[in-house]
Amino acid sequence: MGNWIINHGLSAFILTVWMGINIFLFVYYYQLYNTQESFFYTRHILSSALPWARAPAAVLNFNCMLILLPVCRNLLSLIRGSFMCCGRSLRKPLDKNITFHKCVAYMIALMTAVHTIAHLLNLEWFNNSRDGEYDILSTTLSALGDSANETFLNPIRSTTTTPTYVAFTTIAGLTGVIITLALILIITSSMEVIRRSYFEVFWYTHHLFIVFFAGLVFHGAGRIVRHLETTDPPHNTSFCKDQPLNWGNIPECPIPQFEGGFPQTWMWVLGPMILYICERVLRFIRYMQPVMYRKIVMRPSSVLELQLVKNGFKMEVGQYVFLNCPEVSQLEWHPFTLTSAPEEDFFSVHIRSMGDWTGNLINMLEKLPEGSQGPKMAVDGPFGTASEDVFDYEVSMLIGCGIGVTPFASILKSIWYKFKESNPKLRTRKIYFYWLCRETHAFEWFADLLQVLEKEMTEREMRHFLTYNLYLTGWDSSHAAHVMVHFDKDTDVITGLKQKTHYGRPNWDKEFEQICNENPSSTVGTFLCGPENLAKELERKCVEYSDVDPRKTRFYFNKENF
Amino acid sequence: MGKIEWAMWANEQALASGLILLTGGIVGVAGQFRNWQFAAYGIAAGIFICLLEYPRGCKAKGNGVQRPGQYCLTVCVKAFGPLTRNYYIRALLHAALCVPGAFILCTVLGCVCLAIASIIYLLAAVRGEQWLPILPRAEPREKPGESIKEPPQNPPPRPPAEMRRKRAEDMEGAAYTNPMPVMPNEY
Repeated sequence: MGNWIINHGLSAFILTVWMGINIFLFVYYYQLYNTQESFFYTRHILSSALPWARAPAAVLNFNCMLILLPVCRNLLSLIRGSFMCCGRSLRKPLDKNITFHKCVAYMIALMTAVHTIAHLLNLEWFNNSRDGEYDILSTTLSALGDSANETFLNPIRSTTTTPTYVAFTTIAGLTGVIITLALILIITSSMEVIRRSYFEVFWYTHHLFIVFFAGLVFHGAGRIVRHLETTDPPHNTSFCKDQPLNWGNIPECPIPQFEGGFPQTWMWVLGPMILYICERVLRFIRYMQPVMYRKIVMRPSSVLELQLVKNGFKMEVGQYVFLNCPEVSQLEWHPFTLTSAPEEDFFSVHIRSMGDWTGNLINMLEKLPEGSQGPKMAVDGPFGTASEDVFDYEVSMLIGCGIGVTPFASILKSIWYKFKESNPKLRTRKIYFYWLCRETHAFEWFADLLQVLEKEMTEREMRHFLTYNLYLTGWDSSHAAHVMVHFDKDTDVITGLKQKTHYGRPNWDKEFEQICNENPSSTVGTFLCGPENLAKELERKCVEYSDVDPRKTRFYFNKENF
Repeated sequence: MGKIEWAMWANEQALASGLILLTGGIVGVAGQFRNWQFAAYGIAAGIFICLLEYPRGCKAKGNGVQRPGQYCLTVCVKAFGPLTRNYYIRALLHAALCVPGAFILCTVLGCVCLAIASIIYLLAAVRGEQWLPILPRAEPREKPGESIKEPPQNPPPRPPAEMRRKRAEDMEGAAYTNPMPVMPNEY
């Protein structure tokens, strides 16, 4: 539970606050439009469809303001940077930006449905009322504005029109239809199936948001939701509502005057729109900044290592960058985890040939002559929360599963650099590294890296600093036979490392016991980058093996979201 | 990222249009709008479109993500053969279905969405896509061979003789030691 609060508490709190504000806005505006005296006549025609239209409108304003913020990745980076002082749990919710973006989008979709349905009813009832289908008061109110010195309440000014015609000829109606269509297209193209398989469709359709926001800003400009204007002498609704025929003839009831509400939406969305434009401008500037290739290395099993240099680039462990190669695709930006340490004077990424983009890039770079510069590459970033907690524990237990091993490349390198320089920020004395993998050949580059570390550590006679265990979870009998043959060799047959690869999954009880025995009075930080099931198991083990006595071994569990 | 299959998006869009048409129809009928008969049509058309579009088709590669519980409908839709397989027919069908929706406001949104879905389907059809059902593949279950009942004929794999682990030098030490001294029998 305590762990849950540390890891998710703030996110849950933010969601609760957001939901609270939504509910408050809905209820507040519902009450306002349902009880306010100046809307008495409007309500007489529209009844409860008026508050049902206006309350979602308020919630929509709020959510349309929020929707752009979580996708401003540079803005988030900036906020993250300014929170540097106050712990990682404060910064962590920033990594869930897309989840929040989706929550806000669902709310917008829901509120749009309610708002649209309510306005469908409104238009129909305005039209019926204009045609004199309701009581005398409604008919009189709808007819206001036909002669001079009168202001209208009913926006339908003709008795021979249809709601459809009105919807397509008023500002509010037309923009409403357009932005709803844009929203529907955006939503249908962002479904999981489309987004995962045909990213381009999702990406380009999402740019209909420009239409959406343009329409949204002008949606209220027609001012067709109208209320009673204060006049002198005042028009007393409770007295006059029963005698509409006497309006203008008796002094208590002058002809009521109406005015439209001030459009508010643009005030809500203007700020985020400007921020978003800044964001896109910044991305463009980043796109223009020159990036130099320091080294291009082809690793085994079609993994490309790019070592890049860019002026003013400052990274931290566990962060990622977006790469864009105009020669492959003008518009596509792809995220990659940084695999270099902050101590190095370049930054590197490992790109595995997986799809069109990576495949094309690797083909292009393979054809390059030795030592030449590659094609133009644009870099945006770095982004993501630094996972610097690793350095705060005396003993760190790092567990990477499959592709989840990538962030540890940076972390391990960085720890090694800090250790060599006896950096005071580093409290770590010992690292246990576990790598669980179905097939290692995809990550041979990582084994290379471990090999280098191993060699350096042996040279400095600090071999005990890093203990690593590789677990191959997918293996068959031919593997086993192969290993049996090479049993006596000094290095492992698969990775070429001194540490032998294990087969199957680790026996966590044994591992925890061993760590307890080897570090009798330490705080151990457990870091996992892997699936949820393993996280649960490790969390349990951490509690189980932690001693109540503060002088003995204690385990702290951290689930990283790289 | 492979070739874009537009039918996948068209399917999402058409399903959404069906739901919007249905909702609009319900609003129109419940509110007894003028010409609410068109709204009633919207309900019928909406339900029909939802049923038709709910079972998601297969991707070109042969894999596909099913919607929850779509199996029943997949079988039904598959039963219509070329009528439901061909996306030209689907595009035409949606184009025709959306027309009556344009007559009253409450179904207009569904109508326009459906028209867009129809256009995307047309694009999919032009690019040679077609609807293929996702059916659980009947995996040919391999029966265990007869040999399982017999003892293995070959020894398990072992490393070549020179690679085998060397035995302990002193045979005494390597041998089993009794926990208690064992005396030769005096009888």
